[in-house]
Amino acid sequence: MTTTVLKLANISKRFGTLLANDDISLQLQAGEVLALLGENGAGKSTLVSILFGHYTADSGHIEAFGHALPPGDPKAALAAGIGMVHQHFTLADNLSVLDNVMMGSEALWQPFTRRREARAKLLAVAKQFGLGVDPGAKIGGLSVGERQRVEILKALYRGARILILDEPTAVLTPQESEALFDVLEQMVKQGLSIIFISHKLGEVLRVSHRVAVLRGGKLVAEAAAKDTTQGQLAQWMVGHAISAPQRRPAPNVGVSVCELHAVSTAHGRDRLNKASLALHAGEIVAIAGVSGNGQAALAELLCGMRHATEGRVQFMGQPMPNDPAQLTAMGIARIPEDRHAVGLIGDLPVWENAVSERLCSPVFSRYSWVRRRAARDYAERVIKAFDVRGSGAASPARSLSGGNMQKLILGRALLHPGHDDGTTTHTVPRLIIAHQPTWGLDIGAVEYVQGQLIAARDAGAAVLLISDDLDEVLTLGDRVAVMHAGHLGTARPALDWSREAIGLAMAGVAAEHDDQHGVRTHPARTLDEALPA
Amino acid sequence: MRLEKRSQSSTLALALAPVGAVIFTLIVCSLLVLWAGAPVGQAYALLLKGGFGSVFALSETLTRAIPLMLTGLAATVAFKARLFNIGAEGQLYVGALAAVAVGGLHDGTGWALPPALLFVLMMLAAALAGALLLLGPALMKARLGVDEVVTTLLLNFIVLLFVSMMLDGPMKDPLAMGWPQSVALLDDLTLGKLIAQTRVHTGLLWGGALAVGLWALMKFTVLGFNIRAVGANARAAAFAGVPVTRTVVLVAMLSGALAGLAGAIEVAGRTGYLTLDMSPGYGYTGIVIAMLAGLHPLGAVAASIFVAGVLVGADSMSRVIGVPTYIADVIVAASLISVLVATLLTQYRARWK
Repeated sequence: MTTTVLKLANISKRFGTLLANDDISLQLQAGEVLALLGENGAGKSTLVSILFGHYTADSGHIEAFGHALPPGDPKAALAAGIGMVHQHFTLADNLSVLDNVMMGSEALWQPFTRRREARAKLLAVAKQFGLGVDPGAKIGGLSVGERQRVEILKALYRGARILILDEPTAVLTPQESEALFDVLEQMVKQGLSIIFISHKLGEVLRVSHRVAVLRGGKLVAEAAAKDTTQGQLAQWMVGHAISAPQRRPAPNVGVSVCELHAVSTAHGRDRLNKASLALHAGEIVAIAGVSGNGQAALAELLCGMRHATEGRVQFMGQPMPNDPAQLTAMGIARIPEDRHAVGLIGDLPVWENAVSERLCSPVFSRYSWVRRRAARDYAERVIKAFDVRGSGAASPARSLSGGNMQKLILGRALLHPGHDDGTTTHTVPRLIIAHQPTWGLDIGAVEYVQGQLIAARDAGAAVLLISDDLDEVLTLGDRVAVMHAGHLGTARPALDWSREAIGLAMAGVAAEHDDQHGVRTHPARTLDEALPA
Repeated sequence: MRLEKRSQSSTLALALAPVGAVIFTLIVCSLLVLWAGAPVGQAYALLLKGGFGSVFALSETLTRAIPLMLTGLAATVAFKARLFNIGAEGQLYVGALAAVAVGGLHDGTGWALPPALLFVLMMLAAALAGALLLLGPALMKARLGVDEVVTTLLLNFIVLLFVSMMLDGPMKDPLAMGWPQSVALLDDLTLGKLIAQTRVHTGLLWGGALAVGLWALMKFTVLGFNIRAVGANARAAAFAGVPVTRTVVLVAMLSGALAGLAGAIEVAGRTGYLTLDMSPGYGYTGIVIAMLAGLHPLGAVAASIFVAGVLVGADSMSRVIGVPTYIADVIVAASLISVLVATLLTQYRARWK
């Protein structure tokens, strides 16, 4: 006996020439978790934005609890009992949990706030769904998992009966994800319905009852979670069978290329604290950790964007300079975390972006006059060799899709202008710093980027891979280290790590264990003691 | 109403946007002409004739366009790098002051130097004075994050008061019968006339050459790339190895120098001496020119001639049918807004709910 709580009928939405949603019809039952699966650009966000009233559909209509939902009206969606938990939280750090939950839920002309009632209601809701929180705690002091709980509570407090979760596990440790799944289970037991947006196949099967797969704006498949497999879902999602990347051991690990000796950086919460690390030629060292634990500081330090306040950074036995142009010239390939804001200059054409890192080298300029022919030729080579699809070298970089932006960044970093297909000199960078290189890419592009990193490793490059994605860390990393609160653990062979061990280290459990004994050692060294052998 | 990003802007739309914007502006402003009690058709015909209708009208328009061209270029290069230099007015005055200080008739004679050398020194002094005036705000922006809009704008008033002090004191012309005006420039240093019997002078060639030079700099050189990169995305530029602070400082020097040259060329080409009413806000109008031109150096030449034509034409229109000359300011301001909206509409589509 199921009741339909939400009905999307024939939703279509067009942006210019792009058909973002093509005649999508979906139903959501009471007490059901529906996973919305699809790659970036498949139309998940558009569909949810239409549902939540941020966009107006070109055609089709929506019914919630049997009543038509007026299009383009977020307030109506809220009133109808639809709540949304965004991937990037919308909480005020300097306010308490209760303040954040109450924010916007009281009328402006009401003379006094009703905090006591609100507090009682919040605690009742929290208890009902097993979401323990302290209403008085400041958001700024909460962990990411706790903040997410507050976001969910905020929606429930406003009477949401349908909850939309946008990539909720992207910022969580494996343990925190499990805790979230338990909460979701509680909620559906009490009759709530959940739309769970994700592109991670494993967790989709773990948490949902039914899976709807979007591809290219169309609803391509709908299946009960128990009747399908990861392979089947992946095939629906991409449109063809795919092979998961296989871990391959490093063929020949060489000399130490880059070394950090007890390096610290300044800059607030996201900082490095006495980090030590050695990167060898022909080896991928992967850094795992929940983002915001110092990974950005590490990446920026090695990319020449941040200074060390303590300790030494050495490259090929020399102190490493702090100038991006010099680093590039020395053979350091840099792939930044944010390709839109840092990697590329969106308003400038693709070809200028392709040479931006090396513009001052004699290959691309003489007497500070740009050699446009050479620059455009090089850009064409990058486009061809790295399959950058778009409307050509002269179009603005902004017009590229995320995957093609990443290919352009990867291409300019890996393809040395002096490279000649006949020889192998100058072809491979000495060191590659890849910070979240596959974040937000579709499966095909992920496969491509990972393949290129492995190929560069096999050709003798030292690779530092910093990633939030545990699967990526464990498949690509030859050695793995975990970062927590600015501390970098010892890098140990990937096969020595279990998922649980990494999860604990990411949560800083080992570090706490440290403190109890009053010993200041490397977190990862005591991790061995913290875990059963 | 909401705006949705267009997937691509058509070239035709981009080309027609400024034309459509100007037509729209004229239609809107015709309401004001009607309000002033004048026939719209005749008023616009007179405006066109007064700005471009004869050799004399055209020469007056071009004369007026010269300082606008240079301050327009000064704003163009600065705005390209997102350095919002609102201080071109002050830089123009210090440039003019420096020019008079080097090339003026002090104590009845000038410096005993060959005129050609003195001319070069005069122009260099003007450019340097303008450049140095903007250096402070640029460094404060780069090092301390001080908003350059505030500092450059306020410097204008300081400079005007300083010029006023100089014109009433050390640089006052003793033969000016008490008027606060500077000594005259050496005759050898004044710019030649382009057309005999008119006021249009070779400063126009300077303006054109500097526009082409700036266009080439932006398009073909490493510095040009750095300027565009810093303006478009400073973080990404820094990541790619562009020296952001150095670029901002160089841009400031360049922009200030162009505005300083505007002052020197105005003195050497038109007035022959400096007074406090030499510029009716050329520095500020330069910002309008740069925006009208979409921050394109060659477009700044066209935009400065358009604006100068409207200003000159409105003078003659007002003499004939008594519509206040302020209509010219309204037309210039309204066309700026229209061009900005038109440019927006080439990139976004307006959707009515």
